[in-house]
Amino acid sequence: MTGPDPVTATGLLRRAAAWRGGGALVLLAAVALFPLVFTNALVTTIGVDTLIFVAAAAAWNIFSGYSGYISLGHAVFFGSGAYTVGIAARDWQLTGNSVFALLPLAAVVAAVVAVPFGLVALRVRRHTFVVVTIAVFFIFQLMAFNFSFTGGTTGVSSPFLAWNPGTYNDPFYYLALAIGVGTVGLSWLIRGSRFGLQLRAIRDDEDRARGLGVRTMRVKLAAFVISAFVTGLLGGLWFYFISQVLPQSGFDPQFDLSVALIAFFGGLGTVSGPVLGALVLIPAQQYLTEQFTNDYLSQIVLGSLFLGVILLLPRGVIPTSSEKITSWRARRSGRLAAAGAAGGAAAGAAGREDPR
Amino acid sequence: MTALLRAERVSKAFGGVQALSDCTVEVARGSITGLIGPNGSGKTTLFNIITGYERVDAGDVYAGDRKITNAPPERAFALGIGRTFQLTRIFPRLTVMENMLVAAQHRGVRRWHNPLARAGGQADRRRATELLEFTGIAGHAKALADTLSYGQRKLLELAYVLVADPEVVLLDEPAGGVNPSLIQHISARIGALNASGTTFLIVEHNMDFVMGLCDRVTVLDYGTVVASGPPEIIRNDPRVLDAYLGTTEEDDDAPDP
Repeated sequence: MTGPDPVTATGLLRRAAAWRGGGALVLLAAVALFPLVFTNALVTTIGVDTLIFVAAAAAWNIFSGYSGYISLGHAVFFGSGAYTVGIAARDWQLTGNSVFALLPLAAVVAAVVAVPFGLVALRVRRHTFVVVTIAVFFIFQLMAFNFSFTGGTTGVSSPFLAWNPGTYNDPFYYLALAIGVGTVGLSWLIRGSRFGLQLRAIRDDEDRARGLGVRTMRVKLAAFVISAFVTGLLGGLWFYFISQVLPQSGFDPQFDLSVALIAFFGGLGTVSGPVLGALVLIPAQQYLTEQFTNDYLSQIVLGSLFLGVILLLPRGVIPTSSEKITSWRARRSGRLAAAGAAGGAAAGAAGREDPR
Repeated sequence: MTALLRAERVSKAFGGVQALSDCTVEVARGSITGLIGPNGSGKTTLFNIITGYERVDAGDVYAGDRKITNAPPERAFALGIGRTFQLTRIFPRLTVMENMLVAAQHRGVRRWHNPLARAGGQADRRRATELLEFTGIAGHAKALADTLSYGQRKLLELAYVLVADPEVVLLDEPAGGVNPSLIQHISARIGALNASGTTFLIVEHNMDFVMGLCDRVTVLDYGTVVASGPPEIIRNDPRVLDAYLGTTEEDDDAPDP
């Protein structure tokens, strides 16, 4: 059976890669310049939130998107990160800019928490795994409510940062941007790597992967820990930004749902999907909340939007649209090609190219 | 000389059903050994036990002199035991080439790999391409495995098991549900691989396929070995005719449910 003309196929792929690279650069430049253009603190606050969710959804996707293990317990890592820096700054009496040196600690603590969490939860699959992650999440929220070192219901407050209120958001914005870029870069590296291939093999058929030599527990746990590391880091950053963490805001069930919805919306298991999802959904949510002061109305609109996506683009925006574009291109080149049979075969194959 | 693979007095029950009882099967190095028997006689259970998908109740499994009883699947694979499944199991959302590379990563001696290195070095890709050409599906390397037909999936499963150069390959119904010309093709490929040193243990209901290919045939019935020997002797063994071959006319083309 003959494939598409190799020269043309390679050319198409290269052109697609160039478009992707160019698009990413333009997007990055726009995001980097954003706070210079929009200086309103309300707007930049939405910017910081959005970037935190870009990174959080990308980190979640590294584990859940690639392995197919849907975690609804990532707020455990977010909250652990937030509480870690909060408690450390309080107990070690750190103030001012030096508190930012604690951020790596937030990431490390979250990663350490992920090890026993993963060793227990990753023994079960699919729905059971989801339920176990939710259960662990509530255990952590309960602990935050009830321990004295977490401050109980009053939580922990952030040390005061003596920054100019006009540009207060900017350092957070760029820190979140840096973490976001780093996480998306890491996600891209992992997706093309042997590690990423093992994760995607686990997603498709875990037992078969074991029979081909993949040490699945190790691979899943590694992805879980990497994902937790980034999420913890973001929790720490968020804590300084909001300047307080409460049990229900640090360990927030809505965080779990949001990262999952963002990734589903953009495209589970793709590199760009979570980025796109967060860039659309978080500003939309914030905008709607501000437009309709009634919070429920914005939730309803968002919920309908999500249902619409599930109906029309069940695999997420990126995979479905890239599939449509490739099959459209293949049809067009198939019409140009003289040999109808070969073109049809190419269209069939190219139409199902794995989306990035 | 010790057998390359040996299941010794293996027993396994599922609830009240005794799938295997005191079953001993040997696979000599360099052979193509056939494993036949009626549906539910324990063939696939034996495969599952050898490759670590099930645990034994009693008995042992040896790879050469090494005891590998209850070794998990990834360990069995690392020891050079590859297998295919009766209902093909490929990775549908990976491309055909990526399917090949999943197995390729575990070839050779254990050494430290950079986990973030791109999947599939040049050598791995070359070997994978060779095997895809060998099985005849190289034209689909870039397509998602989901788009392959049933027969092509069988070929892909065979190819990616071979990518890691296993010493012995366990094939669960390689000819099941496959058209006659593809059966010829698969049979020829197995013969060629065997000639270059790969050992096979094959479960199959297609008697022409088994008798034409195998040097030795073991017959299972109700989880025990009924007979074992060269195909021409097995073909005429009254116990085998009674347990299995006597009904071959109706059973021949029906794969296990």
